[in-house]
Amino acid sequence: MSEFFKIFIIPGGLLLVFMLLSLIRLILGPTVPDRIVALDTINTLVVAGMILVGAAYEEVIYIDVAIVYALLSYIGTLYVAKYLEGGPKK
Amino acid sequence: MGTLLTILYVFLGIGVIFNCLGSIGLLRFPDVYTRLHAATKTTTFGSIFTSLAVIVFSFYRWSISGDSKFVVLALHTIIALACLIITNPTGAHAIARAAHRSGVMPKQAVIDELKEAKLK
Repeated sequence: MSEFFKIFIIPGGLLLVFMLLSLIRLILGPTVPDRIVALDTINTLVVAGMILVGAAYEEVIYIDVAIVYALLSYIGTLYVAKYLEGGPKK
Repeated sequence: MGTLLTILYVFLGIGVIFNCLGSIGLLRFPDVYTRLHAATKTTTFGSIFTSLAVIVFSFYRWSISGDSKFVVLALHTIIALACLIITNPTGAHAIARAAHRSGVMPKQAVIDELKEAKLK
């Protein structure tokens, strides 16, 4: 089954390259919301890549980790957005 | 077998191309709102297609071998895809709302009618 391994691991590597491209925006980003958008994009790509790696190695545990990672990164994004928005004025 | 490989190549190709467009748009667009527009929608669409490739692969292997590991793989991928579809647009909406409330204007914007309307 090395044929299916190659089919799924090569798009996973390409997603890793796109994560590095998004990391450039995370480092350069002029404002704070730019960095949050880049972090959200990296989180989505990590979930998609983890599903591909789980299919390549035929292990279910990678996909369970991807589910937990998706929910926790969503909580983190909402938390930072709420912090940036600020509370009620005075 | 040949049909399966064609379906997998098409789904993975669409997914990888749209994820690539998302990260390039994140680098190239001028301000927060256009970057959000480029990054969030295209990565959600691309991740749907790469996960669909995994689901098709898992159901094919299950129908060939009858191993229950593959149906567990397919169902857990469906759950992860549902979490991604629900949480990703919600997070993007929260980011856009926070960016507007924190005073970030679009590039080349002259007036801000949303702030003048004083919606709460």
